[in-house]
Amino acid sequence: MKITADSIEPDKLRDDLLDRGAGAYVSFEGWIRDHNDGQKVQRLEYEVYEPVAIKEGEKVIEEAKKKFPLLHVACVHRSGLLEIGECAVWVGVTSAHRDEAFAACRYIIDQVKVRLPIWKKEHYVEGHSGWVNCERCAEHGHKHSVVTGN
Amino acid sequence: MTKLIKVRYFAGFRESAGTDEEELSMDVSTAGDVFAQLQHRHGSSEPLGHCKVAINDEMADWDSSVKEGDTVLLFPPVAGG
Repeated sequence: MKITADSIEPDKLRDDLLDRGAGAYVSFEGWIRDHNDGQKVQRLEYEVYEPVAIKEGEKVIEEAKKKFPLLHVACVHRSGLLEIGECAVWVGVTSAHRDEAFAACRYIIDQVKVRLPIWKKEHYVEGHSGWVNCERCAEHGHKHSVVTGN
Repeated sequence: MTKLIKVRYFAGFRESAGTDEEELSMDVSTAGDVFAQLQHRHGSSEPLGHCKVAINDEMADWDSSVKEGDTVLLFPPVAGG
C-alpha cells in the first residue's frame, strides 16, 4: 500500500506484478471525472492521513491474500490536488486464474473506499467546493452525497 | 474522571473546528464519549456510524476506552477512490 503525491503510472506498477506463474492480471484505475451529482467538477483534492491509511490498506491487502489465492497485490492512492482525467487510485493483482483476480481486485477497491482515512474535496467550475461522502453511498454504487462549503 | 486528551480533526471536521488538533481535559470513558462531547466543535450532524475513530494511530471502535495522554483522531465519513 502506497500513498503518493506524484502521478500514478499504471504501466510501471504493472511490471512489478509480473510472474511466470500468473495466468491473470486484473487492475482497477479510478479516474477524476468532470462531473458529480449534476455539478461540473474542475479539480479534486485528496486529504490522506497516511499513518493510518497505510496500515489499514495493508490490512485490506492481507485480507485479500487470505480470501483468494493471489500471487502479487499492490495498491496506490494519490494525495493532493488532482486534475480531471488523472488516476486517483490503482489496484493490481495477479493470480493463476482470472476468477480470483477479478474478485480480489473488486474486494480491495471496495474496502479501500470505505475504510481508509481519505477524504476528497471537489472544486466546482462555478467556484464553490464540497467534501464528498462516499461511505454512505458505497452500498448504492455510484450515488454520492456532497456537503458543500467554501 | 477527567483526563488530558489530544484530539485531532480531519477534512470537514477540521474546517468546522477551526483547528487540526487541540489538547482538552475531558470527563470521558470511550472514544464515543469524545465524539459526543465535541459534536458542536466539529459541527457534525452525521450519525456516529458514518464516522470513524483511531486512537494513537490505530483504528478503534467507538466503545474503545480512552486513557490519559491518548491521541484521539476523529474521522468524518471517508471518501477514498
